[in-house]
Amino acid sequence: MNGVVLDKLKNRFPDAVLESNEFRDELTVVVPKERIVDICRFLKEDPQLQFDLLADVFGIDMYTPTKRFGVIYNLYSLKNRNRIRLKVFTEEEDLKVPTMTGVYGTANWHERETFDMFGIIFEGHPDLRRVYMPDEFEHFPLRKDFPLMGIPGSLSLPKK
Amino acid sequence: MDTRTDELPRKSKILQALEDQNTSVSFDDPLENEMILNMGPQHPATHGVLRLLIRLDGETVTGCVPEVGYLHRGYEKLAENCSYHEFIPHTDRLDYLSPLSNNTAYVLAVEKLLGIEAPPRATYIRMMISELARISSHLMFLGSQAMDVGALTVWMWSFREREKQYDLFEKIAGARFTTSYTRIGGLAQDVTPETIAHLKKFVDELPGHIRECEKLLNTNRIFLERTDGIGVITRERAIDLGLTGPGLRACGVEHDLRKANPYLAYNAMDFDIPVYEGGDALARYYVRMDEMRESVKIIQQILQKMPSGDVHAFKPKKVLPRKERIYTRMEELIHDFMLVNFGVEPPVGEIYSAVEAPKGELGFYIYSNGEGHPWRMKIRSPSFTNLQSLPVMIHKCMISDVVAIIGSLDPVMGEADK
Repeated sequence: MNGVVLDKLKNRFPDAVLESNEFRDELTVVVPKERIVDICRFLKEDPQLQFDLLADVFGIDMYTPTKRFGVIYNLYSLKNRNRIRLKVFTEEEDLKVPTMTGVYGTANWHERETFDMFGIIFEGHPDLRRVYMPDEFEHFPLRKDFPLMGIPGSLSLPKK
Repeated sequence: MDTRTDELPRKSKILQALEDQNTSVSFDDPLENEMILNMGPQHPATHGVLRLLIRLDGETVTGCVPEVGYLHRGYEKLAENCSYHEFIPHTDRLDYLSPLSNNTAYVLAVEKLLGIEAPPRATYIRMMISELARISSHLMFLGSQAMDVGALTVWMWSFREREKQYDLFEKIAGARFTTSYTRIGGLAQDVTPETIAHLKKFVDELPGHIRECEKLLNTNRIFLERTDGIGVITRERAIDLGLTGPGLRACGVEHDLRKANPYLAYNAMDFDIPVYEGGDALARYYVRMDEMRESVKIIQQILQKMPSGDVHAFKPKKVLPRKERIYTRMEELIHDFMLVNFGVEPPVGEIYSAVEAPKGELGFYIYSNGEGHPWRMKIRSPSFTNLQSLPVMIHKCMISDVVAIIGSLDPVMGEADK
């Protein structure tokens, strides 16, 4: 099934499949961030593929000079019972990725979590607030340069 | 006034006339104005530290914003600094009502990354404890859902059964609550024949006790009126919002990872997936009650088919050796030293492995760069995703139904907040 998915994706978006690999029978496809919404909409609406459930969206910090941050989309098809993992990368200077909330409603909180943890800004998101950390918190805890022990004084007591 | 129609209460004619004339008026009538109610984080019926900001019009909910994060402990950050073995106890604290199924989900993910498999006996025991965890979680749901709508007896009865289960967990894992029972490539220890006998007695008696509780609820007019047609979500909306588990199956979607993508030995088991069409709190209750009976069925089959043999895979470079051998043999001592100090060394790659936990799809994504600890671990927790559909479910409901709907969704904040 992974081969079929990849072929369809390559046919429809010939220049958008930057990289693809298969590890333990799981297909991962790297795509440019400008095309991610179109690609997800295609994967969702294609009658054969029908990736209708967005299981998860989350960030990853590769800690490399270029393409430091990634956003990973985990799509599942209730009909074919298979998964695909889509990945986009973004530069540290330009932390913007288009929002997926227009295609999958569930992306709302997952993107908020990604923003909370990595500071990635989802353009067009209806309610981009922190979800776990307090609103006045200034750091992004899952970045690799955030220490495990936290930063002293960064979590202030609530104001009276 | 019928509070269930879509219209908000119409402004009085005087007020409307004044507004039309472009004048400014302030009109303060507590019965006609909207009210914001802050529910939680310390509220007995919100099942943990869930906070809801509810906009009310009279008694009708017109808007809801859930706030999570009061129990955020940063497990994903911790995981990046733990070896793969060290993280097992942390998985107990995710969904603390079913730690055994979290333990299983986590080690399955690590084993997928490492490319190893536990021996058949360990696989069957893992399946057995996952189903026990499902029963224990659903019993908790049963008790709390009934209590949320005012029936206290069921709470007592379901906790009596849970107490028996905790005695079983103590025999299986050595701990009642935070079990940490599974290990990479196997289990902490084998189950004894006495435990099996105890378990057999428990699962033989359980369906009778479930029926007892059902007799109190299924034809109970108060229970039915508090749950029937309350908190409805449509099939399309549920899929769009990523609802999984009993909540999705109550909307008529036959999706269960045990059947869809069988893991462990579920394809050797004969069981059904309960599916209901209602999409309301009552349907979610029915799904869970049926699932408990299916779990009993699975456990009875496991007890019949349980293979004998070791519960540890023979992979000395990956699986922690037995304690008694560490103290007596050189190789095991070296392996133990290397595994504890540097961790298992997995291949470079990324995997996602999901199981059908009692609350829905519990998945672990692991990105490994070949070191002894993961570069990135993402926990796909069902409660977090399921809570997202709460505003849809409680829209246009009465304030007293909010508690019943939260109960029917059965979120656990340890998991939602990670």
